[in-house]
Amino acid sequence: MMTTLSPQSRAATRGWSDITIRNLFVIPTVAFLIIFNVFPLLYSLGFSFTDFRASSKAAVNFVGLKNYADILADPVIWRSFSTTLWYVIVSVSGQFVVGFGLALLLNRPIPGKGLLTTLLLLPMMLSPVVVGLFWKLIYDPSWGILNYALGLGKTAWLTDANLALYAVAITDIWMWSPFVMLLSLAGLSAVPKHLYEAASIDRASKLYTFFRVTLPLVAPILLIAVIFRTMEAFKTFDIAFVMTGQPQAELISSRLYKMAFAQWQTGPASALAYIVLIMVLCITNIYVKYLNKAKER
Amino acid sequence: MAEIELRHIDKHFGPVHVIRDVNLTVKDKEFVVFLGPSGCGKTTTLRAIAGLEEIDSGDILLDGKPIQDLRAADRDIAFVFQNYALYPHFTVYENLAFPLRAVGTAAAEIDKTVRSVGGSLGIGHLLKMRPSALSGGDMQRVAIGRALVRRPKALLLDEPIGSLDAKLRETMRVELKRLHYENGSTSIYVTHDQVEAMSLADRIVVMNEGILQQVGTPTDVYLYPANLFVAQFIGSPVMNIAATRVSSNDDEARVSLDGASFDLPRVLLGMLEQKKAGQDLSLGIRPEGVLVSRDERPGYRPAEAHIIQPFGGFDIVDLKFGEKTLRARTTSGFVDKVGTRVFARLDPSQAHFFDSKTGASLGIRLGG
Repeated sequence: MMTTLSPQSRAATRGWSDITIRNLFVIPTVAFLIIFNVFPLLYSLGFSFTDFRASSKAAVNFVGLKNYADILADPVIWRSFSTTLWYVIVSVSGQFVVGFGLALLLNRPIPGKGLLTTLLLLPMMLSPVVVGLFWKLIYDPSWGILNYALGLGKTAWLTDANLALYAVAITDIWMWSPFVMLLSLAGLSAVPKHLYEAASIDRASKLYTFFRVTLPLVAPILLIAVIFRTMEAFKTFDIAFVMTGQPQAELISSRLYKMAFAQWQTGPASALAYIVLIMVLCITNIYVKYLNKAKER
Repeated sequence: MAEIELRHIDKHFGPVHVIRDVNLTVKDKEFVVFLGPSGCGKTTTLRAIAGLEEIDSGDILLDGKPIQDLRAADRDIAFVFQNYALYPHFTVYENLAFPLRAVGTAAAEIDKTVRSVGGSLGIGHLLKMRPSALSGGDMQRVAIGRALVRRPKALLLDEPIGSLDAKLRETMRVELKRLHYENGSTSIYVTHDQVEAMSLADRIVVMNEGILQQVGTPTDVYLYPANLFVAQFIGSPVMNIAATRVSSNDDEARVSLDGASFDLPRVLLGMLEQKKAGQDLSLGIRPEGVLVSRDERPGYRPAEAHIIQPFGGFDIVDLKFGEKTLRARTTSGFVDKVGTRVFARLDPSQAHFFDSKTGASLGIRLGG
């Protein structure tokens, strides 16, 4: 006769109980997060209220909200913020248009679709520093291939204050459109075929079907892609850092880097980091609200 | 006015020949049901008429005009999907309004039509809900409503109530019939459920392996099946079919199934001769054509009750005549125990004869 083992005895035969195994996985992760994420987060929050300099042994003084007040009153930082905001808008909308467009093209039976998808995903898998460096070569005013191919003469993409931001944004679009494409493709292929059939029976044109059926149904996953890319674009550092030193086009993360590690203003830099964090949280919250609304069905 | 005509329709899916030279005319305001087992080509034919599937050759005519090269949107034919295919992100109201909005109908008219169709289908109170909040029956009502709002020339329904539970199916069947009386639109309905087919259809089209087996009224198809396939597909429980040999026996025709023999009127012999029937004959008789008696009577053969299936209103009893089993329909409780000895004969008016090789009915009708 068969008997059912009780959970305890099943665990006993395995040697470890479910709780032991759970702890074995969870505790190291939680410890890691506390040591490397939560602790520095709180520690730097502390720094942001002081005049601490990581490079000096001078006594650390509590300065209250002075760092925050100084930053918010600094026109250079405000220029960095507005540059960053504009960069985020250009870069994310560019990635959205290119990525979603590619996904629409790939979401139909075409020969060599698998290979094409893989090739299109390649930029995303490269290191940002490498991408930045070879785009720097592409943009080179005297022997870069871009000027040569487009016949633009000696356009100085990366040193021209008006162009540098767009040059970095284009590189970012090139690198991250595949990410938007990948998520869009997943969203598009999840739209059931019978809805398109129903729409064609209901006399809807292709355009009407796209705007009234396809787009609303992929909207949640598109929003997720946009949230990810907005957060990432906000903290763009590596690509811009290796490509351009143009101060007119300085992104907030470059500013932050300079404050923290070139000028060793650890306290004010921590305050700036917190301001950036709050801004990113605010922006993503708006998206998440829309996302929840889009998912309500 | 909408008459649908299919002329020599052929369609392959790769190497599979799914529709084979189908010819059919569906008259204006007629309710035609395509009936057949799954994979018989009935849904493909329906989708071809709607424009969701391309055909390899042949013509599809709507009111005499060929439409096989038109897009689905330009055919003015509505389609109800088996899985409803409601737009999940729209409310019921927007789902119903979609076919009207898509062609730019005025808002006031949309509102009027949606509310009137919603009312007639009993979903007026659900207009603000999303499909995910509806029951299966209500979703199907919305799907049917979406097909009706645009007053299409023809209405095609692909197993519309196939995924509902038995009780709801019955309610929806009656509702569909009422809607057809009210709207009178030419309708083609696909199902594998013969009860649905029998109860809804003006005419039933029985299909198998891409070929039309028989087209006729429900009564025709039930009483005079054109071949063995139709005979066994229509009717529940299925018709008894047995290889048979017919010989002369004094003033009767003797029909021998292996192990049992029954007498039928002598005119059968002449009819078989007239039809030039060969030796390969099959006898078909529905369970209600096997008449059962408790007492021995002239012409009745002894049998043993083998399996009894009570259905409430009647019983289905498997009778063993030696090696041969025939299924009989009796009044409820007529045979109370397995193993009971009873007597049975065949009702000549319900006997069907088929050519075993081709499966075709010989068209022999022995009157009452």
